[in-house]
Amino acid sequence: WLRHFCNFGGDEGRVHSRTIYVGHKSCPPNEAYIPPKFCDNRIVSSKYTVWNFLPKNLFEQFRRIANFYFLIIFLVQVIVDTPTSPVTSGLPLFFVITVTAIKQGYEDWLRHKADREVNEYRVSVLEDGRRIRKMSAKIKVGDILEVEEDETFPCDLILLQSSRDDGTCFVTTASLDGESNHKVRCTATHLQLLSLGPENLLLKGANLKNTQKICGVAVYTGMETKMALNYQGKSQKRSAVEKSINAFLLVYLFILVSKALVCTTLKYVWQSKHDETWYNEKTQKEKETNQYLKMFTDFLSFMVLFNFIIPVSMYVTVEMQKFLGSFFITWDKDFFDPEIQEGALVNTSDLNEELGQVEYIFTDKTGTLTQNNMEFIECCIDGFQYKHGDGSSETYFDKKEELFLRALCLCHTVQKEMGFIASSPDEIALVKGAMRYGFTFLGLESKNMKILNRNKDVETYELLHVLNFDPVRRRMSVMVRSKTDRRRFSVVTFFSLSVQEGYRTLCVAYKHLSAQEYARADADLREARLALQDREEKLMAVYNRVETDMILIGATAVEDQLQDEAAQTMEALQGAGMKVWVLTGDKMETAKSTCYACGLFKKNTELLELTLRTLEDGGRSREERLHDLLLEYHKKAVQDAPPVKLGITRLKLASGHDYGFIIDGASLSMVLSSSSEPNSRRYKNLFLQICQNCTSVLCCRMAPLQKAQIVKLVKNSKGNPITLSIGDGANDVSMILEAHVGIGIKGKEGRQAVKNSDYAIPKLKHLKKLLLAHGHLYYVRIAHLVQYFFYKNLCFILPQFLYQFFCGYSQQPLYDAAYLTMYNICFTSMPILAYSLLEQHICIEVLLEHSTLYRDIAKNAMLRWKLFLYWTALGIFHGLVFFFGVRFLFSNPALQDNGQVFGNWSYGTIVFTVLVFTVTLKLALDTRHWTWINHFVIWGSLAFYVFFSFFWGGIIWPFLKHQRLYFVFANMLSSVSAWLVIILLIILSLLPEILLVVLRKPRGPHARQVTLNCTAGDPQSPQSPARPLLTRTFSDESNTVI
Amino acid sequence: MMASSYKDEDGHITVSGSGAAAGAGGGSLRSKKPENTAFKQQRLPAWQPILTAGTVLPAFFIIGLMFIPIGIGLYVTSNNIKEFEVDYTGVEMSSPCFTCSQNFSWNSTKPCTCSVPFHLDQPYESNVFMYYGLSNFYQNHRRYVKSRDDSQLNGNEESLRKPSKECEPYAKHNNKPIAPCGAIANSMFNDSLELIYIDPNGTKVQIPLTATGIAWWTDKHVKFRNPGAENTNLTVVFQGTTRPVNWRRPVFQLDSDPDNNGFINEDFIVWMRTAALPTFRKLYRIIQRRSNVHPTLPRGNYSLEVVYNYPVRSFEGRKRMILSTISWMGGKNPFLGIAYVSVGSVCFLLGVLLLIIHHKYGNRNNAAEISH
Repeated sequence: WLRHFCNFGGDEGRVHSRTIYVGHKSCPPNEAYIPPKFCDNRIVSSKYTVWNFLPKNLFEQFRRIANFYFLIIFLVQVIVDTPTSPVTSGLPLFFVITVTAIKQGYEDWLRHKADREVNEYRVSVLEDGRRIRKMSAKIKVGDILEVEEDETFPCDLILLQSSRDDGTCFVTTASLDGESNHKVRCTATHLQLLSLGPENLLLKGANLKNTQKICGVAVYTGMETKMALNYQGKSQKRSAVEKSINAFLLVYLFILVSKALVCTTLKYVWQSKHDETWYNEKTQKEKETNQYLKMFTDFLSFMVLFNFIIPVSMYVTVEMQKFLGSFFITWDKDFFDPEIQEGALVNTSDLNEELGQVEYIFTDKTGTLTQNNMEFIECCIDGFQYKHGDGSSETYFDKKEELFLRALCLCHTVQKEMGFIASSPDEIALVKGAMRYGFTFLGLESKNMKILNRNKDVETYELLHVLNFDPVRRRMSVMVRSKTDRRRFSVVTFFSLSVQEGYRTLCVAYKHLSAQEYARADADLREARLALQDREEKLMAVYNRVETDMILIGATAVEDQLQDEAAQTMEALQGAGMKVWVLTGDKMETAKSTCYACGLFKKNTELLELTLRTLEDGGRSREERLHDLLLEYHKKAVQDAPPVKLGITRLKLASGHDYGFIIDGASLSMVLSSSSEPNSRRYKNLFLQICQNCTSVLCCRMAPLQKAQIVKLVKNSKGNPITLSIGDGANDVSMILEAHVGIGIKGKEGRQAVKNSDYAIPKLKHLKKLLLAHGHLYYVRIAHLVQYFFYKNLCFILPQFLYQFFCGYSQQPLYDAAYLTMYNICFTSMPILAYSLLEQHICIEVLLEHSTLYRDIAKNAMLRWKLFLYWTALGIFHGLVFFFGVRFLFSNPALQDNGQVFGNWSYGTIVFTVLVFTVTLKLALDTRHWTWINHFVIWGSLAFYVFFSFFWGGIIWPFLKHQRLYFVFANMLSSVSAWLVIILLIILSLLPEILLVVLRKPRGPHARQVTLNCTAGDPQSPQSPARPLLTRTFSDESNTVI
Repeated sequence: MMASSYKDEDGHITVSGSGAAAGAGGGSLRSKKPENTAFKQQRLPAWQPILTAGTVLPAFFIIGLMFIPIGIGLYVTSNNIKEFEVDYTGVEMSSPCFTCSQNFSWNSTKPCTCSVPFHLDQPYESNVFMYYGLSNFYQNHRRYVKSRDDSQLNGNEESLRKPSKECEPYAKHNNKPIAPCGAIANSMFNDSLELIYIDPNGTKVQIPLTATGIAWWTDKHVKFRNPGAENTNLTVVFQGTTRPVNWRRPVFQLDSDPDNNGFINEDFIVWMRTAALPTFRKLYRIIQRRSNVHPTLPRGNYSLEVVYNYPVRSFEGRKRMILSTISWMGGKNPFLGIAYVSVGSVCFLLGVLLLIIHHKYGNRNNAAEISH
């Protein structure tokens, strides 16, 4: 048996040491060992089970304030004698709860399915020397697992045995941290028993590469694995619209309470004057009730009577709109990527409208902006340029060229195992590039590098030293000795020069060393490597000494291919007023080149750089330098910038002066965590202000957590801008979770980002349509939905409130209970739902073409207080018109041509008819996109109302206590006066609306043109002269400040 | 509900879906490629109306031009309706019914009568409708409105014996169920009004009043029914119940005509339809036009003979008797006419104003732009 003491300090939630019996061998009797209980390897991300679904879901739902409020109203109706039956609010509430429960149940079922897929994944377990296939969920701590190449580790393992000779194995952690390079892990040997480290640990979720199979012992399983611990429970994200709804709700709650208070007060004032009349005596119970209790229940009764002003059904309609609306994203064929055979994915439907509100985009570089696919484009040898394509046909190579290609083959850390493996993709690109010109790297065998040259000869070089790359030196070197000429030592160096034309450029240089020189360098290096103190500095000094007097041979240009239409997408997004920040873990040069390539930095962009390099210039302490630089940039970008008037688009500003800001991880951490608190806050502010005034910001060398920090910083800055993060790797997960909207790219680097995102799309280019078209439309739809809902309930309940003034504040409802209940559920809900699913006030092509249209709805434009007030005023106006129009008509209730009179239910029915028609027609006026569904639903709702009213009033319903509406509707229609008043009031109500449409300032010639284009029905209208796929604007390093 | 109906219809609106999807998916597995249907791609053919001055202006003019004549017509019609109102509450000392109103008592056995003289300036040509009007009477008070048992009124025997709780405190009296129960029935208007025409030569002619046709047909024939469907002897049917406390007669003695007695008594049905506002009128009698030669009510002096049973002074109410002719739009009400004329004129004026603005300032919207 083996006993492991693992110690991975710092991992929160992990026991710092655990004892594991490998293979579950019984422990020796002499040792007092109580087998600890470890959880099994089951992954549970679902919330409910079949059994606890109902109670747990109900509990969750009633934690929502709105639902709880409706529950209280319902209970009040059940307990207190209220004007309306409990059914009126119970039925909608039941409906809401059921629909939400079904939706959540469905979502949880999907999670169960995903869990099952993971848990039932078959793995091989070695038990008593036999191999057993087992379900992943059944793995216990201490099991010995066998994992084969390309398989994913089902739990955290300690490597015990590898099929490779050297006892190592390679893993990729792409699905964990997004790094797709291969990492080496070593077998835990007996020598190491007491000091197992990360190099022995194989994390769940990582993939085994280039190793046939390994055996490992499970140490952490299930929810205790690193991956599960890293998985932060997705916190509920709430959209800006939802916050607006809550604010409006408070206003309406205030209106509701004040209405109830006014009525209660007036009731008692009225009662003091109008004593109990002989014709309407109180019941015994009423007489006995305590006066104050009576007042309280009266207040509650009024609350119940007016509670329809806070629309129960709004929640259900909003939920349905979001849920059903999100299907349009998954259904969109433009999001379908033939390569991966997948379309877009919607993980939460709660944030659809937030897609229309984005102000900041944080994008990952590798895999998101670029394809993470390096390609050797060209090289320059001795001043001559060679492009791929013309070089290979040439047969003649001069010495320089051969030297150059040989250098390419030697100076790298590439391993050859069924393809090339390296920690940096550009190394592979270079090796592959050399291969195209005839020099093939055959591999590294016990310190010997073999190269197949053009003449099909194998050249062998002994690798003596590798002088690793570091960002400060910005170069790497190797020392090799030729096997053929053993006295010849060479140093080959790559140094990254800069970024030109969007390519990553590396220079190649060499020098020959004499044996003495080598011996000295070798001694120095060995000494420095073994130094216990200042090892870094010492090494650096040696490196610098070695890498001098080099002879330049040439330069290479490697390109990280951009994603399709990356530049156009970025341009469109910037045109829509969004600021794009690139957050990458990559080197600054690479990142900068990408920024240039995709048009984030332009030729005339003045770059403000805040990196270790600029900080170390000038020879002063970093802290001081940071302070100075921040002030300087601030002066440049913020204070000196011409004041931008509102309304002037930023495009114009860009033509004047354009700033780009570059910061790296180290500098950022200095900004964020400066030594003194006041300084830190000041720096943060300065930093934010500079960044917000720059067109684009590039943050390089970011740790995943720092990405999230930046997002958080911007998110909480002034004005609380809406942020969006887009990334493809697990290293982007933190920022995807942090931002308001997280978008995952279904890229090569695993599914972590996709899983944690709110929306996932196959490619970056899809972001444009997702935001500009879908986001815009969703926002307009839901904003209108919200405003309309409040409006329609205000003018629904206002007549009821006014009626109290005419019925002695007795809580007499104006409308019949059926109408009260059905109004929001049946008569007026479908048209708005259809509207909120189908409306396209501007059609999709136009939205995509004119990205500036996105700015029209920025900053929650359709839910501002001004507009809310307008809708509220409209609701009040309509309510007044409905009530008093009918009130004046009823000054003589003899409305039929046979002299018969109408009663109170006729009154209510006339008001209600006017209400339903006006509210529906108001929506019809707002509808700009009439599909057959809109027609069907709008006219269908009205027809249904008429049909229902006939039906409801046509039968004596045995279950009803009161046959209030018996033939009321039919009789109403038999009265000409009722018809006339209904028509009059509908037209009068809609008149201001129509007038406003005409008087409203034309939305600019632009908008006009837009609508014209739109109606022309020409989806394939010529594209605006977009930039070519890759804009290779020449940009000079000199643009950089300093 | 909605969503499913969308999906059902998908099939009808497929544009070119199957071909494209099949191409990508091959024959093997169902591809995840979204279907290319007009609905799913949000490309349903749509009508996109644009409201511009061009489309709206004609609407304004049309509304204006339609509403003004309608309004004038309504106003003229309403003005042609003859209406006469007399208040017989007896609040003033000089009023003939003053004594009756002062000496009112529920227990008095002898009815108090008074006659109110009045003069009609014009002859009433067609059928005349006689209303009683009450003011400050809250028939729409919630406790009052619900204080009835529709099932009892529909002739349900069980409800007759066991009135609903809603009728409290008018459900039972001396442990006997009240029929009809409830506050509404209990407070039924029970003044009786007679019209007497005083000939220029002094002879008094009683005007014949029709007591039927005053309630909604459906109320009389469906909603209100006497219990014991076959049994025409109402006295037997209502045995075991008691009359409402304030009534002088039991329900089965409301009228001698069996078709207008019991719950289907039209006066009772009319009263049971609660009024919308505290000042209301209810149809009491119809004076049918007898001949084509003589007006229904000739010009001259009349006397309203009141049997004063209904107390309203306790709640500062008023009682009126209204004589009115009726047109196709109902009783006299100038509101509709005025409203139509004003809305029409406002529309018209706005139309003119907009036209001026439109012509002066903007040539931007020139034509109706409704396109498909």
